[in-house]
Amino acid sequence: METATWVRDGLRAIAGGVFAAGLAVTNLPLLVMSVVALALTPVPFLGLALLPWATNLVRMRANLERRLAARAGIAIARPYEPPPPRALPGGWKRFRWIATDPATWRDLAWLLPGAIVGLALGLLAVAIPLYGMEGISLLPLWLYLSIDSYGYGVFWPIANFSEAMLSMPQGVLFLALGLGAAPWLLEVNAQFAKLFLAPTKAAELRLRVAQLTVTRADTVDAQAAELRRIERDLHDGAQARLVSLGMTIGLAEEMIERDPARARKLLTEAREASGTALLELRNLVRGIHPPVLAERGLDGAVRALALSLPLRVTVEMDLPGRPETPVESAAYFATAEALANVVRHSRARHVQIYVQHVDDLLLLTVSDDGVGGADAARGTGLRGIARRLAAFDGTMSVSSPPGGPTVVSMELPCVLSSPKTSPSSGTG
Amino acid sequence: MRVVLAEDLALLRDGLTRLLEAFDFQVVAAVDNGPALLPALIEHRPDVAVVDVRLPPTFTDEGLQAAIAARAEIPGLPVLVLSQHVEPLYARELLSDRKGGVGYLLKDRISNVAQFVDAVRRVADGGTAMDPEVVSQLLARRGPLAVLTAREREVLGEMAEGRSNAAIAAKLFVTEKAVSKHINNIFTKLGMPPSDDDNRRVLAVLTYLNG
Repeated sequence: METATWVRDGLRAIAGGVFAAGLAVTNLPLLVMSVVALALTPVPFLGLALLPWATNLVRMRANLERRLAARAGIAIARPYEPPPPRALPGGWKRFRWIATDPATWRDLAWLLPGAIVGLALGLLAVAIPLYGMEGISLLPLWLYLSIDSYGYGVFWPIANFSEAMLSMPQGVLFLALGLGAAPWLLEVNAQFAKLFLAPTKAAELRLRVAQLTVTRADTVDAQAAELRRIERDLHDGAQARLVSLGMTIGLAEEMIERDPARARKLLTEAREASGTALLELRNLVRGIHPPVLAERGLDGAVRALALSLPLRVTVEMDLPGRPETPVESAAYFATAEALANVVRHSRARHVQIYVQHVDDLLLLTVSDDGVGGADAARGTGLRGIARRLAAFDGTMSVSSPPGGPTVVSMELPCVLSSPKTSPSSGTG
Repeated sequence: MRVVLAEDLALLRDGLTRLLEAFDFQVVAAVDNGPALLPALIEHRPDVAVVDVRLPPTFTDEGLQAAIAARAEIPGLPVLVLSQHVEPLYARELLSDRKGGVGYLLKDRISNVAQFVDAVRRVADGGTAMDPEVVSQLLARRGPLAVLTAREREVLGEMAEGRSNAAIAAKLFVTEKAVSKHINNIFTKLGMPPSDDDNRRVLAVLTYLNG
């Protein structure tokens, strides 16, 4: 590691140590508060409100610890169960939600050992480099004080000038040790916190089920709406046109003897109506599953999409195979929606699409040089993308400062099937 | 004129055969899958091939791939590609060898028999038949076309579909002389080198629009 980054990491960790030690102290009043709240639970009205309130504070503290751990490189997920609907403060529902969540008790169990370990390791992270600093600055101190009992490192007490001189290299050694050890000490502290604060296997599964329930409901809703739209389009469009087509041809059949000129005109009409019906069917099919996606996969479909946009589009694809059809379709429609947003809102002149597959993740990035200011919370288009991706455990993030540029990043976990049979080879 | 036909739906294959034979084409081979197409094209060397994009066994774009492969083998082999949908992307690939004798039409267009047969003949003669939907997509995408007048854009669209001056004049109810004047203007405004050869001119236009 480069010396500069090593020193910087060390200094940051020492600061983190001070912070961790300070925070550890706050565990004690939190613990006392929680115990008191628990003890007062039988008190009518007040009792039911106290524990949730105290737990809320404990959770804030625990979440802070999780954030610190994340900075030390240890990810700790939040294990809490989502609040039940209509759980009023002070109500029984809210109390039960808090009291039955194992994470509440695991947080409580952590408060005391967490405080001890956090304080000890945090102080240690500060103390070693401080001792090193003392050694480096000891010589003038010793000359100034000249106290018999003062000593440093292996010289205790310091007897003469050369021993005082030797405190300096020792100090440097301690300082280096302190800088190197501080990040490691914080990591150990985080690992210890993880023992208590991370979700248990059961909690992890529960959270996962809760998330799957939401995304499944969304997916089913979206699919039902889609089917209704298709049914309506077919009913009012192609089906109605075929009925009228049959009528026109029937009429022409009747007329062909008596009025051949009129029959011919009716047949022309019939042909044109069949063309319109086909056009409608084609547009419908494009919305369900674009043929070019079936034929060429994501690569060709995105390129074809890029060709149809009224602005400059650069497409870069790095896909050694094809994802499963549903994932491919979701990725395509998400990209199409992102591009439609660019055309609608961004006033961009250039869009870049970058698609790659890394570590079983399909990564799609759509970036433009437009006006920016896109907000995933407000735009229905962007929310639609997020929902579409969520059905496959995919995620989307948007970076769009006012003035641009806007970057929409999408991730979809998936494996690629058989290597590409090079559909575009030899076609230039 | 000898035709090789590739279409997997029996109904359409028979219909197309009947239609082409009614207009004095001779269907020398009608295949129903991708792998059989390339050998048939190479064996029969037809005056024109009429090919569906999507064919068995994979039902992707095997017809298109076979057509492109055949043109690599037999340069300039006239190919008319039919599909349920059209993509400028595929048009670009078909046109990329800059040889002419290329058609790319929606299957819907078959229903206008006279125009369809005209397109087959034009492709067989080394001309171009580009679907109006492809052309309109290409025109919609292109920014600098703002320099053209409405009439010039119309003429450009007709030209991109592969029509001759005479056909454009007839369609727009103007004289052929007026059409060639518009075309000269278009070429000057878009900075393309002028060309007297009809087919080469169409290819230049499509290359420009695809760029």
